[in-house]
Amino acid sequence: MLLVEAWQFIVAHPDRFFGALLTHVTLSAAALALATAIALPTGVWLAGTRRAASIAIATANVGRTLPSLAVLALVMPLLGTGFLPSLFALTLLALPPILLNSYTGIRQVEPEIVDAARGMGMTRGEIVRKVELPIATPVIFAGIRTAAVQVVSGAVLAAYIGGGGLGDFITAGIAMMALPQLLVGAIPATLLALGADQLFGRLQRALTPKGL
Amino acid sequence: MIDIIGLVKQFPGTARPAVDHLTLTIADGEVCVLIGPSGCGKTTTMRVINRMIEPDAGTVKVRGRDIFDIDPVSLRRSIGYVIQQVGLFPHWTIAENVATVPRLLGWKPAKIRTRTDELLTLVGMAPEIYRDRVPRELSGGQKQRVGVARALAADPPVMLMDEPFGALDPITRARLQGEFLNILRGLKKTIVFVTHDIDEAIRMGDRIAILKDGALVQYDTPERILAAPADSFVEAFVGADRALKRLSLIPVTSACEPWPGTPPPNTIAAEASLRDALARMLEADVDRLAVVDADERFVGALTLQAIRAHSADAAPVARIQRFP
Amino acid sequence: MKWLLANWDQVLIALGQHLVIASTSIAIAFILSLLIGIWAARYESVFRVALTVTGLLYTIPTLAFLALLIPVVGLGRANAIICMVAFSLMIMIRNVAVGIREVPREVVDAAQGMGMSATQILIRIELPLALPVIVAGLRIATVTVISVAVVAAYVNAGGLGTLIFSGISNDHAPKIWTGALTACALAIVADLSLARLESWLRRRAR
Repeated sequence: MLLVEAWQFIVAHPDRFFGALLTHVTLSAAALALATAIALPTGVWLAGTRRAASIAIATANVGRTLPSLAVLALVMPLLGTGFLPSLFALTLLALPPILLNSYTGIRQVEPEIVDAARGMGMTRGEIVRKVELPIATPVIFAGIRTAAVQVVSGAVLAAYIGGGGLGDFITAGIAMMALPQLLVGAIPATLLALGADQLFGRLQRALTPKGL
Repeated sequence: MIDIIGLVKQFPGTARPAVDHLTLTIADGEVCVLIGPSGCGKTTTMRVINRMIEPDAGTVKVRGRDIFDIDPVSLRRSIGYVIQQVGLFPHWTIAENVATVPRLLGWKPAKIRTRTDELLTLVGMAPEIYRDRVPRELSGGQKQRVGVARALAADPPVMLMDEPFGALDPITRARLQGEFLNILRGLKKTIVFVTHDIDEAIRMGDRIAILKDGALVQYDTPERILAAPADSFVEAFVGADRALKRLSLIPVTSACEPWPGTPPPNTIAAEASLRDALARMLEADVDRLAVVDADERFVGALTLQAIRAHSADAAPVARIQRFP
Repeated sequence: MKWLLANWDQVLIALGQHLVIASTSIAIAFILSLLIGIWAARYESVFRVALTVTGLLYTIPTLAFLALLIPVVGLGRANAIICMVAFSLMIMIRNVAVGIREVPREVVDAAQGMGMSATQILIRIELPLALPVIVAGLRIATVTVISVAVVAAYVNAGGLGTLIFSGISNDHAPKIWTGALTACALAIVADLSLARLESWLRRRAR
């Protein structure tokens, strides 16, 4: 049975497997964290400006449509191969959904709520922290969740540009037509993606205020 | 006391100023209603008072202090603010909503809690039931009650209310108007109340400021505006039935006369208005009514003649008790 | 860019392959999602099951999905198409179902009251009114499929990815650039055109 062979492969090469798994998780987590750190505040800030759309939003909208592998490939001639170029590319991939959702999430807060908050004497900072962000949490988190899945998925492709990760087993498996190795890469990668989706789904529900 | 002096505000891209050299003084503890057609500048004027809008020229002094010398955020924390769509924070419980300004001011939790319960009771919402609910679960009328409680939380001396009951159905609106007037009885607050509804203005206002095209047309008590409209615009604005509106402000007791002999067959309560009495007379096709008090005792009679005397334009209008 | 001009025939072939597998997948997914989506619009339980299953499928990393299909269907276009259809289904089923459900009840009610049969209502009222939302789904699915098709080159499905992979193994930057940029351009063009279609439909529906 293929699954059994796959399992045997892991048992036979634990360092390789766990090494790849660790790289994969680290790459994904780092990219997601970086992208959130950049895109979330930017999205919130842009939402507070008067002008409805801006170049950043338009760019993010375009960025969202770009094929992941294309983005990874474009990075390679510029930055070479390895962990850091992969991190860079994956962060780029994660930026659009987080930026767009942070922006929309804040913009969707009903104007009368912001008016009431301002009229009662909240400073701009207090309005963002106490009112707009909590209300926008579900939407913002949906964006982070999407980005998380995209990053885990993209990290699989990072194998092509020397980033390491579970994709290495898949590419090796296809090159050598070694099906067990293929599964050693594919199944854990799938589980990781599903796990990330579930995790952020739960986080989203946990962090959403009761009244929403 | 609120002093508005020479206020001017013109929004970019508009043909004329929204507020055009407005000067108005609101006495302490008074309910001043700003009313007028769409675009007359009533909401703009109100929003200048808490500096939600910065004017182009003019001053506003609240209790002697120029509001432009105070930091806007502190100013707003000292002024109650109620808007038509309420704007309750959906992610907070009712208690947290009411406690908004006290929390901004750094009150101690125990004091906040007592005050919140006190206010919820005041607006007719049992704290035990509603304290931990969320806005989503409330009806329109309930939301606005919470809105009023929230505005009263830090006990501000001044309150701004922008068509607070406008989004409610007529029955709820009438009920909330009455309850709010009751609440005001026990408190000394200066209220600026914006509405487009003349009946609401007459009911709620100690004085009414009628605005048109950003300028003040008439500023007086409801009775005097109804008795002597300043011009044809005001006359049309208050409505062709202003005589009836005036009658609704006068209780039966002011026109009631002693009546020797048998009381007339149809009755009217002493606390009713002359307008109700007139309606009763028309229904029953009579020209006199027996006035009875709360215990159904006969205290006098009301004649159509007396009503006519009170409704004539030349009739002196004394300020009699307000109707709840 | 010199490379592009010298080898434009290669690029065109790759582009052609890309378009073929992409459009085949979208077409299949569209028909399937219409059928399942209409069914799901009527029955809440179907809606939930369909969404959960396709949601799960959508989360699977592209390369992993393609890899998992290899033991089953081997390499080649079939592999890629199955993967792309699976991904598209989640978005499109949801958009078809939601689009139909969002048609105002009173409109359907009026149609029924006038004596339209269920099928007539579906074809003349519900689907046309749901069209903007359906096209919105089509737009996301198309972009997704173009993205997957780039990777699918690795399982011998052809397409613009072949340029990228060949460029990587030969360390030939212009080839990588051409493949990647063409794929990006394709995605952007598809997205913008469908976005135009979507807004036009929305305005028409007023």
